[in-house]
Amino acid sequence: MSAIEGIARTNFAYLDEQTKRMIRRAILKAIAIPGYQVPFASREMPMPYGWGTGGVQVTAAIIGPEDRLKVIDQGADDTTNAVSIRAFFEKVANVAVTTHTRDATIIQTRHRIPEAPLSEGQVLVYQVPIPEPLRFLEPRETETRMMHALEEYGLMHVKLYEDIARNGHIATTYAYPVQVAGRYVMDPSPIPKFDNPKMDRSPALQLFGAGREKRIYAVPPFTEVKSLDFEDHPFTIQRFDKPCALCGSTHSYLDEVVLDDRGGRMFVCSDTDFCEERREAGHVGPLGVPA
Amino acid sequence: MTAEQPLLKVSNLSRFYGGRIGCLDVSFDLWPGEVLAIVGESGSGKTTLLNCVSSRLQAQAGRVEYRMRDGRLRALSDMGEAERRFLMRTDWGFVHQNPADGLRMTVSAGANVGERLMAVGARHYGHIRETAVDWLQRVEINTDRVDDPPRAFSGGMRQRLQIARNLVTAPRLVFMDEPTGGLDVSVQARLLDLLRGLVSDLGLAVILVTHDLAVARLLSHRMMVMKDGRVIEAGLTDRVLDDPREPYTQLLVSSILQV
Ligand SMILES: Nc1ncnc2c1ncn2[C@@H]1O[C@H](COP(=O)(O)OP(=O)(O)O)[C@@H](O)[C@H]1O
Ligand SMILES: [Mg+2]
Repeated sequence: MSAIEGIARTNFAYLDEQTKRMIRRAILKAIAIPGYQVPFASREMPMPYGWGTGGVQVTAAIIGPEDRLKVIDQGADDTTNAVSIRAFFEKVANVAVTTHTRDATIIQTRHRIPEAPLSEGQVLVYQVPIPEPLRFLEPRETETRMMHALEEYGLMHVKLYEDIARNGHIATTYAYPVQVAGRYVMDPSPIPKFDNPKMDRSPALQLFGAGREKRIYAVPPFTEVKSLDFEDHPFTIQRFDKPCALCGSTHSYLDEVVLDDRGGRMFVCSDTDFCEERREAGHVGPLGVPA
Repeated sequence: MTAEQPLLKVSNLSRFYGGRIGCLDVSFDLWPGEVLAIVGESGSGKTTLLNCVSSRLQAQAGRVEYRMRDGRLRALSDMGEAERRFLMRTDWGFVHQNPADGLRMTVSAGANVGERLMAVGARHYGHIRETAVDWLQRVEINTDRVDDPPRAFSGGMRQRLQIARNLVTAPRLVFMDEPTGGLDVSVQARLLDLLRGLVSDLGLAVILVTHDLAVARLLSHRMMVMKDGRVIEAGLTDRVLDDPREPYTQLLVSSILQV
């Protein structure tokens, strides 16, 4: 991301103060109406849309010199996307960065919620590709807005019904729809449904930014977040039959890693910081080496 | 029809498209369990009237009142959007001429029937599916098609599915716009037969738009004849068809009978 060099001397956190105020107003409104998608005038950012420009704008609007930023992509701090965004904020806001969930004041994420419990005062910023959970069956925006306004959410269950009719169970595993504070139905962004329970009554503030779609929404701290389901097909999270090969964890979300071209593979924590901390604390998995 | 109070009261309903008349100054009452046919040539205002009465289209003048399940007569214009939409997907049904306008073509037949149940809070998959299967049987769709999308259905099956989707919440009033319009004659006959049975079994009140007097004859108790947006003659179906009073109706009836 060499474009960063040229913009290093622009305003703190890249966006001008006017734009930040506009985004903060959208954020405040989003917090006041949990789960409701607030339109905002999304700006061009020096990175393509798929790179989480919505999340970046939200972070830019809330970050201050005292903050400590963590950025993860699929749970890892060291993927290209996470490294670039972290470098961007180091450059344009000169903020401290960290990979430790506990030490961060702001965590920007794509596709995961950290395993370590979040605490009061922390802010989790999600990068959102498609904010509208009703979109898949109702492409008309005027109609989906009306459905949210009137709390007409039968369509969400039509989708789950189809899932069961086709697969015998609810096969949706990512972007699993939730209802926030008993009111708005929300797309939690493409996190695994494994993470859904972490959103419920989280002490952290959760902010969602969709750059291309120009929407911001929020879950304030300690807010009820319920995953939609049927009485006879209750919501369940993914289970893994093996522990993490490196740290031995049996209660974290695991990624499959291919080891060689002879079909060798292992399952390891997708949250790299969580896994490292466990190994540092002396936990060892079947394929791991003591730290 | 023995009930003493009308289910629906329509008074002086008018709708214009710019300077052109859609429908003009139409008034009528509809009684519980009654089937009212609206007939007339193409362009006479049948669809406009049906859409204004069912509040799918805004009338510029006039009033539509409906007797709620609690017995109170309420003006549709006094209801909020939420209440009106709730009424439309519970106590009312709307059968479109083109089934694609009334169905979700990409989701299964079962979900199409189950949607209204889920919209009013049904949250038990097994019960929803059972009800859907039951309704497929009632509209003579093979129950092993429950997981197929209507895209894979014939025109007649689609129309029967659209009917099941509407009736699953036990509505008291169903609007139909040329429900047999696009179908082959033999398919039409079967659908009419099915509709006649369902309407009388369920005691449905129906407002049926059709340009086909034979359909009106078969299904309706009463009919209104429209011309240029106005109702020019109304009465019991047999009376209007056997003894039309207006010259225009006489022409309409005689020209149909020649076919
Ligand atoms: N959307 C519209 N815009 C303008 N004119 C319309 C529109 N819909 C219907 N009309 C006109 O209103 C009159 C009644 O049409 P319609 O209600 O569709 O009649 P029918 O259903 O009996 O064929 C016709 O003259 C038609 O051209
Ligand atoms: Mg018409």
